[in-house]
Amino acid sequence: MFELLGIPPQALFGQLLLGLINGSFYAILSLGLAVIFGLLNIINFTHGAQYMFGAFVAWMLLTYGGLGYWWALILVPIIVGITGIIIERLLIARLYHLDHLYGLLLTFGLALIIQGLLRNQYGISGLPYAIPPQLAGGQNLGFMFLPNYRGWVVVASLIVCFGTWFVIEKTRLGAYLRAATENPTLVGAFGINVPRMITLTYGFGVALAAFAGVLAAPIYSVNPNMGADLIIVVFAVVVIGGMGSILGAIITGFGLGLVEGLTKVFYPEASSVVIFVIMAIVLLFKPAGLFGRTA
Amino acid sequence: MRKTGFLLASLAASLMASSALAQEVSVKIGVLNDRSGIYADLSGEGSVIAARMAAEDFGAEAKGIKVEIVSADHQNKPDVASTIARQWIDQDGVNVIVDVPTSSAALAVNEIVKEANVLFINSGAAASDLTGPACTPHTVHWTYDTWALAHGTGSAMVENGGDSWFFLTADYAFGHALERDTTAVVEASGGTVVGSVRHPFPGTDFSSFLLQAQASEAKVIGLANAGGDTINSIKQAAEFGITQAGQALAGLLIFITDVHALGLETAQGLVLTESFYWDLNDSTREWSARFEGIDGDKPTMVQAGVYAGVLHYLKAVEAAKSNEADTVIAKMKEIPTDDPLFGKGEIRADGRKVHDMYLFKVKAPADSKGPWDYYETLATIPADKAFRPLNEGNCPLVQ
Repeated sequence: MFELLGIPPQALFGQLLLGLINGSFYAILSLGLAVIFGLLNIINFTHGAQYMFGAFVAWMLLTYGGLGYWWALILVPIIVGITGIIIERLLIARLYHLDHLYGLLLTFGLALIIQGLLRNQYGISGLPYAIPPQLAGGQNLGFMFLPNYRGWVVVASLIVCFGTWFVIEKTRLGAYLRAATENPTLVGAFGINVPRMITLTYGFGVALAAFAGVLAAPIYSVNPNMGADLIIVVFAVVVIGGMGSILGAIITGFGLGLVEGLTKVFYPEASSVVIFVIMAIVLLFKPAGLFGRTA
Repeated sequence: MRKTGFLLASLAASLMASSALAQEVSVKIGVLNDRSGIYADLSGEGSVIAARMAAEDFGAEAKGIKVEIVSADHQNKPDVASTIARQWIDQDGVNVIVDVPTSSAALAVNEIVKEANVLFINSGAAASDLTGPACTPHTVHWTYDTWALAHGTGSAMVENGGDSWFFLTADYAFGHALERDTTAVVEASGGTVVGSVRHPFPGTDFSSFLLQAQASEAKVIGLANAGGDTINSIKQAAEFGITQAGQALAGLLIFITDVHALGLETAQGLVLTESFYWDLNDSTREWSARFEGIDGDKPTMVQAGVYAGVLHYLKAVEAAKSNEADTVIAKMKEIPTDDPLFGKGEIRADGRKVHDMYLFKVKAPADSKGPWDYYETLATIPADKAFRPLNEGNCPLVQ
């Protein structure tokens, strides 16, 4: 079969591994979107900008504050998460009683503003951000040279994705969250502060995006458009996985990374559309997405 | 057809009438480029600044030429570029469109200016087709082209032993043209092209394509892409140990802003071809310092090309005392070009502006004396060798 496709199996393994690495970014980002949509019913179009902002804050911490990668990995999600909380309290909270469309427009506008401001300040070519020395270099796996940093990206995103899934699906806090999604009034009646929980959830979703931004900073150029390029694909991932489905977002994230990786080998010209073709097919046969429930 | 002809004739007539009344010529210059995407730093607002500087340095006002400069963002999309160009020509009375990076957008604008009373001084795009099969009587291709890049960087790589190539090509007109022209150079010098892969434009992750290039075992990986795509390709090639393993990268089109974004640590040793560098001589240094004072960054060759192109256009307008496209282009081709940035040169019948090109090597961090001190000159490619010979381009205007 491999001979038929004209690709030696070793090269194929290499490409699958790369697909997995790209899938890690899709997974973390679509996870954040799914969490936010699941609990807030807000289609967070600012997500890409928040991912980009995460990378920028990491760069700023290094350039202006002298704080390196490991600090950034902890501090950036907190800082960007707090900006998310402020945005939710000041703006998004006013839209919950309105149609989805308003939240979408608001967050889309915010994304354009954040991008525009950073573009004005830092230009478009991108800023250099070095790979931390502990993760420099790479391993020769026989079939490919795997940079240590890319390996770390996969591990880190698996941990974060699993952790999030575990908290939401298996803990008491997660149970409150899920209950609040189903019936906020009833959960509130049990003495749980639902608005605060929603605010924190948004902050958490944003922090996930920022975390992905820090992971991306050393391998992609840190530039104001990095989120805009990615967010459309991530939305397709969320739609394929099923809006609001946590596990769906994670599995489709990694899965589509693999599919895209294979497309880059067999028909590179199509690699930017393959995900949307899959999205169209999935929507035709399962409108709620692969893992979604029909309401 | 007839209708547009009439429209243009009446537009031209009204422009002529108004200039006759005011006893002066007025020209409207439209800077059309990428203002928000991956080519915004190498063209963008900097090109508008360059055009404005040209009008001021020329002293247009004192010479009775009223200059108005407008600008727009074509988002690197041919359809957007066409729409803006049509509106500028039909409604806004723009006399000359300048810059227009992104070859697919430039070729679209090129089609429109062919029949219209407007000139097109392209500085930003690379495809050599603009002065080849697609040449028009109204188009001038100023700064560089894929033929010049291929012959500069391509020949230099082959001479240094890089005789087998694999291309990483941006999947649109520019990438295709650059791959085609470089392939011709490599094969003419006795090298071989073992393969190529076309990546979506613009892209983010090039690791998959780079591994395919690595598997090809070619000695040289030719990057037929530009701007952010090139930056990411080079960054990721270093990350995946491709350059360390012995394959050489040939950045076929690298701008100084790309080197700035990559940092010298990653970019050092790259060999590249450009037609302008701020630190070439006293006049380039003087102009670049003024430019940096306004823009904040040193100019790219694209922005320098906008300045020189507008300057030469205004000279021709002054000599012709007209803003009629056909009259002005005749003067532009008649008067030899001479400006502080590209020196002396000429515009050929096919629209190709010829001047020297330079083969540069990116300095190691230790050799750089400060910000923007990035290049050392390896060779000067004289004007008569730098560009495709007039009779080889298949331009209908010279047959």
